Amino acid sequence: MPGEIHFQTLAQLQEALASKSVSSVELTRRHLDRIEAVDGRVQAFNSWDEEDCLRQAEASDERRAAGKIKGPLDGIPVGLKDVIAVKDQPLTCSSRMLERFVSPYDATVTSRLKNAGAVLLGRLNMDEFAMGSSTENSAFKTTFNPWDTSRVAGGSSGGSAAAVAVGELPVSLGSDTGGSIRQPASFCGVVGLKPTYGLVSRFGLVAFASSLDQIGPFARTVGDAGRLLQVIAGHDPRDSTSIDTATPDYSKALAEKKGPWKLGIPREYFAEGLDPEVKEAIQAAIDWYADRGCEMVEVSLPHMHLAISVYYIVATAEASSNLARYDGVRYTHRSDRAEDVVDLYFKSRAEGFGEEVKRRIILGSYVLSSGYYDAYYLRAQKIRALIRQDFSKAFAEVDGLLTPTSPFVSFKAGEKTRDPLAMYLSDIYTISANLAGIPGISLPCGFNSQGLPIGLQILGEPLGEANLLAIAQSFERAHDFIDRHPNPSPPD
Amino acid sequence: MSGPHSIDIDYVAQLARLELTAKERERFSGQLGDILQHFAQLNEVDVSGVEPMAHAFPVENVFREDKSEPGLPPEKALENAPRKRNNMVLVPKVVEG
Repeated sequence: MPGEIHFQTLAQLQEALASKSVSSVELTRRHLDRIEAVDGRVQAFNSWDEEDCLRQAEASDERRAAGKIKGPLDGIPVGLKDVIAVKDQPLTCSSRMLERFVSPYDATVTSRLKNAGAVLLGRLNMDEFAMGSSTENSAFKTTFNPWDTSRVAGGSSGGSAAAVAVGELPVSLGSDTGGSIRQPASFCGVVGLKPTYGLVSRFGLVAFASSLDQIGPFARTVGDAGRLLQVIAGHDPRDSTSIDTATPDYSKALAEKKGPWKLGIPREYFAEGLDPEVKEAIQAAIDWYADRGCEMVEVSLPHMHLAISVYYIVATAEASSNLARYDGVRYTHRSDRAEDVVDLYFKSRAEGFGEEVKRRIILGSYVLSSGYYDAYYLRAQKIRALIRQDFSKAFAEVDGLLTPTSPFVSFKAGEKTRDPLAMYLSDIYTISANLAGIPGISLPCGFNSQGLPIGLQILGEPLGEANLLAIAQSFERAHDFIDRHPNPSPPD
Repeated sequence: MSGPHSIDIDYVAQLARLELTAKERERFSGQLGDILQHFAQLNEVDVSGVEPMAHAFPVENVFREDKSEPGLPPEKALENAPRKRNNMVLVPKVVEG
């Protein structure tokens, strides 16, 4: 197969495998070579098992030779954020707490990938337990931005985004609780989709904030994100919040839906704090949609400015409860300094959790504690309802909302680690989609003067993924941002 | 430390079963104070008559057929246990005497 295999799209690789111009073993080998060559500088992976990947690839090639391929991803390498369970593979959540944990079962998305024939290649770095916006909270390593390795890949799914951007993988999965797919996608110049809450099963996704968490795809094109979503979406009896509805055919929808659309510009997203170069790129995207006949309307989401506070109350409350299970007893790190069983909880948790996780457990325990519950948690849940109402009103009028994904481009490693509140505030444009449960996509819409990618976010109504993908793809096809690839230079 | 935006950090750490160092206590007190101060903006909103929202979509009880299915065998379930013996997790003594 000619050309740089590692920057081919999923669609191209599927074709190459189907026409037998490349084998899965060769494809997997070339991606492993790419990882060997660049991962020392990017640090997207926590681990990978070369022998196991090649065995999976061989099995795929045998199936294909026998004319018995399993599904659309047969032979395609797919990486998973290290928070999604794969039987007999490590599942660390980038935490000391689970450093030696090996998963005894598959997540539902993992089963779906296996049933589609995918080669599961590696565990991708993240902020510890998905808490963070830069992967700097990983207990093991920081994932650097392939466009400038002195900067962060974003987070919490930084490894999943960087690996796809730098050609270590054609596609990957991440999870998004407050922007953890869309923000790193924006920072790394790839496509990232957070599906509607309940579209993708959370079974086997290590829980951070259960009412907000959602698994979604990273890809280098919108179409590829749709292809991966097709495989992982759908009802699962093992997740009681999974929506029982038929999954649309996203590729068919992409071929049919051509617009023009009625698009909303929420004025609250363009207030102070937005980097001028980001603003310019988003404005250019808005103008592009207008020029091709989309009707543009200004809309208002009046409770938007409260979303950060609501989010960091709801998410930390749920996290403090979810993370109570890491007690040093059954499957986690255990302190050897403990004097009795209660001491074992205190010390194992002190040693196993990193600083951000501890901070959020404390905050979450506080907002749920007696005397503060009504003032914080209950009030936050009420304002969450108002935020959802704002979106419902907007989507009664428009097909999608156009916004920046992040107020700024990727920042320097270390720049925000000393000020947690500043880090939290950087999630301003992404978190309200999680609170409302609506889908959102980030796609490249330009580069700033330093050559760093800028992401356009499109938000849609619940279960409106087909529309979102179509709106995004029309922009992508008219621009050449996806043809640019980073080439992280070796350190001096 | 006291004031409208301070946390009794020792009490909350006790609730969370989390041992904190003196440095962590001091740092978290300051940082969480800033964060709580930010949260105070929520008091500006009139929420009377608003139903709290726990989930993005109405969630109702989801029932399935009461049918047994194979679970994890004990050996598999205990693979990650930090200490074990005779298919059981070992912990320090819980009951005195």
